[in-house]
Amino acid sequence: MLFKMKKDILTGEITDKLVFQNRRKIIKAVTATAMASFIPASMSAQIKKYAEIPLGPYSASLQVTDIEYVKNYTNYYEFTTNKNDSTILSKALKTSPWSVTVEGEAEKTGVFNLEDILKTNPLEQRIYRFRCVEAWSMVVPWIGFPLANMLKQFKPTSKAKYVEFTTIYNPNVMPGQRGTALEWPYLEGLRMDEAMHPLSLMATGMYDDELANQNGAPLRLVVPWKYGFKSIKAIVKIRFSETMPATAWNKAGPNEYGFYANVNPEVPHPRWSQSRERILGASIFTPKRNTEKFNGYGAQVASLYSAMDLKKYF
Amino acid sequence: MRLSKVQWAVIKVIVFILCLMPFLLLLMDTIQDQLGANPIETLHFRLGDWALRFLCIGLSLTPLRKLLKQNDLSRFRRMLGLYAFFYASMHFLVYIVLDLSLSWEAFVDEVPKSPYILVGLLTFILLIPLAVTSTKAMQKRLGKKWLTLHKLVYVAGVTAIVHYLWLIKTLTIEAIFYASLMFVLLAYRLFTYFKARRLCF
Repeated sequence: MLFKMKKDILTGEITDKLVFQNRRKIIKAVTATAMASFIPASMSAQIKKYAEIPLGPYSASLQVTDIEYVKNYTNYYEFTTNKNDSTILSKALKTSPWSVTVEGEAEKTGVFNLEDILKTNPLEQRIYRFRCVEAWSMVVPWIGFPLANMLKQFKPTSKAKYVEFTTIYNPNVMPGQRGTALEWPYLEGLRMDEAMHPLSLMATGMYDDELANQNGAPLRLVVPWKYGFKSIKAIVKIRFSETMPATAWNKAGPNEYGFYANVNPEVPHPRWSQSRERILGASIFTPKRNTEKFNGYGAQVASLYSAMDLKKYF
Repeated sequence: MRLSKVQWAVIKVIVFILCLMPFLLLLMDTIQDQLGANPIETLHFRLGDWALRFLCIGLSLTPLRKLLKQNDLSRFRRMLGLYAFFYASMHFLVYIVLDLSLSWEAFVDEVPKSPYILVGLLTFILLIPLAVTSTKAMQKRLGKKWLTLHKLVYVAGVTAIVHYLWLIKTLTIEAIFYASLMFVLLAYRLFTYFKARRLCF
């Protein structure tokens, strides 16, 4: 393990279970009291679920993007192709209770409650750069746990060469899934060594709080050296496989969106340059930032691709 | 409609202000910092949307005039056409000045890699001679050539749609709407062209 697991923090500093289970009632009660006494409601909305989570390794010391921008600028095609509207539309998604089905080349397969997964995977905060294939970027303080920790618990066999993730499929609450923007459900995948890399994160929160639905609640992937579409939202299934999974964007545009999708300014998208990126929340007079290879994580991940032609395997 | 010169002037001023509203609203949103997470993109897209909308509105005047038998509609052709050019110019300027930060290096890197930007530039270039020759004096000076020159707007209509369809990641309802509308507006011209020459129908 390249990083320390801070188990001691879990018991002492995490929100009391009773408080947690009744958090909605508590927030409501506090808000109601505040409203009654004419205290601005914003002052009472300070109960953040993950306020005490420690900063983990690999966090970049960067200025984080304003939370309002991260919450209202999302690509969630299951709901809409509009980055703004997914905020409201995604409120219809019920994220609790939540379970994850584990299948394929592993010893421990089956259906697991998210709560049980969280019990054995201590949370930490990671401040990561996030670079979208559309050439914009942001810096997000995620709350989550290393993907490797969880995957090891399922004991993948020697045949497991790849891991595939699936987003929830529920066209009743996800109007975009009734359309054909992409082939549903959304699928993403990583090579096993990528998945086991300590930078790969399973996120359950951001900005000291639970993930908002539009940001992929209750469980999403974060792979900071790859384009954002690899970081699949609302995961319900994990499958270990011997063959490379057919991923959603790759199926939609095989010559535009590769399986690897590593951030790379030297390999343009067939329709636009990837040399620069727009920083979300910056003023209109701020020039674009030069995109870094592997989104700035080259020192940690470049060795995974040392024998590969990145122009061919984009 | 039988209206006096003054009444028409008043109506034109009202239409002028209405057409300027999207720009004023955008300006207000900019000043009040209401453009969201990606303000340059918002400016750029909203101006592009309005350029396309005014191109469509301008191109629908002739069919509507004939369909509704309202010849007065042609009074607004110049203004609406110039508004299409105005919004296209602002769309272009936001790209050059804000998105590329006037960087030549960024321009030569981005533009050749983006066929849809090239088509967008072409659309803008096609509209320039039309805006320049939009005055009554130019119309008189060019005579018959003026009409021929202004058929370029049909080409601009096609390239504007190509520009739009080429840049989006997946086909959206809006894109289908504008592409279909433009198809109908241009098909109408083809139809009247062939009909006038008795080539078919």
